[in-house]
Amino acid sequence: MTTATEQSHLVKRVEEIESATVRFAGDSGDGMQLVGEQFTTATVVFGNDISTLPDYPAEIRAPAGTLAGVSGFQINFSSQEVHTPGDRIDALFALNPAALKVNLPDLRFGGVIVADADAFTKENLEKVGYKSNPLEDDSLREYKVVSIPLSDMNFKAVEGLGLDRKTANRCKNFFALGLAFWLYDRPMEPTIRWVQQKFVKRPAIMDANLRTLKAGYHFGETAEIFTSSYRINRAVIPPGTYRKISGNEGIAMGLVAAAKLANKPLFYASYPITPASDILHSLSAKKNYGVVTFQAEDEIAAMCAVIGAAYGGSLAVTGTSGPGVALKSEAIGLAVMTELPAVIVNVQRGGPSTGLPTKTEQADLFQAIFGRNGECPVPVVAAATPADCFETAIEACRIALQFMTPVILLSDGYLANGSEPWRIPDIDSLPKIDVNYHTNKYNFQPYSRNERLGRPWAVPGTPELQHRIGGLEKQHITGNVNYDPDNHEYMVKLRDEKIHGIQEDIPPLEINGDATGDLLVLGWGGAYGSIMTAVEKARREKRSVSSAHLRYLNPFPKNLENVLSGFKKILIPELNLGQLRFIIRSRFLIDSEGLNKIKGKPFQVNEIYEKIVDLLEN
Amino acid sequence: MATLPKLSPKDYASDQEVRWCPGCGDYSILAQMKKVFSTLQIVKENAVFVSGIGCSSRFPYYMDTYGIHGIHGRAPAIAAGLKIMRPELSVWVITGDGDGLSIGGNHLLHAIRRNLDINIILFNNRIYGLTKGQYSPTSEFGKKTKSTPLGSVDYPLHPLSVAIGAEATFVARSIDVHVKHLADVLEAAARHKGVSFVEIYQNCNIFNDGAYEYAADRSQRFDNVVELEHGKPLQFGKNKEKGIRWNGSDLEIVTIGENGISEKDLLVHNEKAESPASAFLLSRMTYPQFPEPIGIFRNIERPSYEELIQNQVRHALETGSDNSLESFFHSGETWVVE
Ligand code: SF4
Repeated sequence: MTTATEQSHLVKRVEEIESATVRFAGDSGDGMQLVGEQFTTATVVFGNDISTLPDYPAEIRAPAGTLAGVSGFQINFSSQEVHTPGDRIDALFALNPAALKVNLPDLRFGGVIVADADAFTKENLEKVGYKSNPLEDDSLREYKVVSIPLSDMNFKAVEGLGLDRKTANRCKNFFALGLAFWLYDRPMEPTIRWVQQKFVKRPAIMDANLRTLKAGYHFGETAEIFTSSYRINRAVIPPGTYRKISGNEGIAMGLVAAAKLANKPLFYASYPITPASDILHSLSAKKNYGVVTFQAEDEIAAMCAVIGAAYGGSLAVTGTSGPGVALKSEAIGLAVMTELPAVIVNVQRGGPSTGLPTKTEQADLFQAIFGRNGECPVPVVAAATPADCFETAIEACRIALQFMTPVILLSDGYLANGSEPWRIPDIDSLPKIDVNYHTNKYNFQPYSRNERLGRPWAVPGTPELQHRIGGLEKQHITGNVNYDPDNHEYMVKLRDEKIHGIQEDIPPLEINGDATGDLLVLGWGGAYGSIMTAVEKARREKRSVSSAHLRYLNPFPKNLENVLSGFKKILIPELNLGQLRFIIRSRFLIDSEGLNKIKGKPFQVNEIYEKIVDLLEN
Repeated sequence: MATLPKLSPKDYASDQEVRWCPGCGDYSILAQMKKVFSTLQIVKENAVFVSGIGCSSRFPYYMDTYGIHGIHGRAPAIAAGLKIMRPELSVWVITGDGDGLSIGGNHLLHAIRRNLDINIILFNNRIYGLTKGQYSPTSEFGKKTKSTPLGSVDYPLHPLSVAIGAEATFVARSIDVHVKHLADVLEAAARHKGVSFVEIYQNCNIFNDGAYEYAADRSQRFDNVVELEHGKPLQFGKNKEKGIRWNGSDLEIVTIGENGISEKDLLVHNEKAESPASAFLLSRMTYPQFPEPIGIFRNIERPSYEELIQNQVRHALETGSDNSLESFFHSGETWVVE
């Protein structure tokens, strides 16, 4: 036996590292998402840059202990800038054999496995097809295995609080969290505060969670199972006040901000759908900012309610995912015809049909740009990171209000649930959105145009501006129903020209790197982080590669063609079969290479990096 | 304060040419609507007509108010968004049996159950007119149309039963040609706070002429229609000699004076009944077994949806300590980097 002094001497060794990627994995009922969230908060409060990736099954409670029921949360944190949740895991917390089996392929050689030995029972092992216990059969010799009786230690920690066994067992995720806090030298205070608030009415549960959290931490400190703990120094990031933000939070905040900046009431109508529901939840709790939310009877109703609210003078928004957009398409067409401002948020997920509800994909670009009957142009913008969701949401609202048009805002499941630090902007630095209702009764014509080709927004209640709008073709200027062939052609072109004209109002595409070279990596949406990291790595190796990222997908920035023509080759990585590539080719007759992945998972940096090297060397 | 000149019915007409077929029942409904607007002196700019698709859905173009001619079946959803955000407006949904009960059935149900303070007027002509004559969800079983050459095998819906089942707080029925009655019903609907659902028997003289002959025709209607009046027994017939009685298990037709039956034995109409049971029972009375009731079936008070929503928002705004963007951004865990 070692003495106490020897022990503390042993464990106080702290290794400084630049970054780490940790994944917590267990049953979907094990509270892994919560652990991940808490670890993330502690990490951002500590001052690292982070990127996270929650990954959970579509079923709320898939059968316990099965491979399908594994829920995971990955976080990459660093003293340097990070753009992705990390390709390979350094440490895996596996709360049962299924979690080990599912996640092992992502663990780097030599990585750490912290496993709950109590959960590696014969029954659980058999459930996932393990013939012998991997914690004992030497099959994991390439890794550092830390096998501990986690469940049992948790029971001991919460003993005497009068909890039944089931409730007591639920606390074990916080034992794992405490251990992780110790291992990476994270502050426990934010989590302690959270537990105290959350369980203020259930003192026994509060106590249990706090006790097991601390027990986990102290176990790390006193047991000699780890040769060292790690320190990842604070990242050098611009000064300011920060908070953690997920893509869905970013959108909710952006919408509230846009309404204030435009001085218009915010109306958000939605039908519950994964992975967009959190926007509805978030905004429903923001009534104290004047937000009105409406959980409609279906997707179609949500879009139609948006049209009604927009006609009435609101900044009206609906949020959904791909299947919901399919249902809303006819109503989006009505908003195009009636030229009312509206924003449709599509948090993309794997398709077609119900597809992969909880997994990410970028395969709704065609749907956004083309997916309606008739010539039906709709501006499309896409967010690049969780924090960028905030800005892109404001921009979508601005375009909608200033051009009197529905706008589609694309996010995806990866951005929606992933999070990163966000420097809270100075409110005064946000540009006001200049938009006014039309009230002048002299010579009012519902379909007259301003310099942006937008029509007047005359809302009910305004004297002497009574007018009727609808889905039938409109006569230019008067807005009366009109079937004249020449008028129809004129109006089709006019609506198209209006959307095209947004080009004059948006910034040019920026190039990261040189303006000419051998290879341009062109991206859009959530692929941003992996593209950035891969391109930066290649550029550090003095390779002739640049990148550019499109926020505006319809219309494109004016200089896009010019940017593309500066490079010998173009690579477009997207989580689909090549939708942006298809559009680029059809618009500009410029060919490109695709890197296409349709696995419900975001790009790994290495996948893009290898493709870059391959294209440059062959 | 100077008094504004009183608006006459024709002041509510828009400059658009009315394009229904000559003889269509819609003309009469439009005329009565304008009359009711004049009676109530509804401020033009404060009224919005919302419709879907179908002959009836052209209605908004003909009123000099605000209006949205929407997409098929979705008018109640469009109206919901408008009314929630603009509770002070007088919002009218004009729909038909196809628009409201077939493609838009879902929205109709939910607009009704939420008790939005809107008026839903369903023109029931028991046929698809605009698409030139297919059977509708209210067409009688066995109806021969272009799409059912051998007769339809769909059992029809009863719009008022649907509305009552969906928790409507105001339910009424009238007939296009019964102009005085129609105006009274529309006026009552306009006055009711909460959702008002009105079914109007409307003749489509092109594709389903005479569908309501039994109820519209002056010589037949005394025997085939019973006018509901709050607090009065259900009586009908040329000399009100017949009545409706509850026999303990069902409704039945009785003749006053026969078998010792007097007015006292008849069912007395109570539109204010909290329970929808009797209103539902009345909605099941169909020709030819029964005379069909017209008038107000149900008229109860309940807080409206938009009022409840706006109250929640107002309360949150008043009690929330700080509703600036600043405080919004800083809610939750934050940290400072120097
Ligand atoms: S088709 Fe029938 S309902 Fe339509 S306008 Fe003509 S008569 Fe009226």
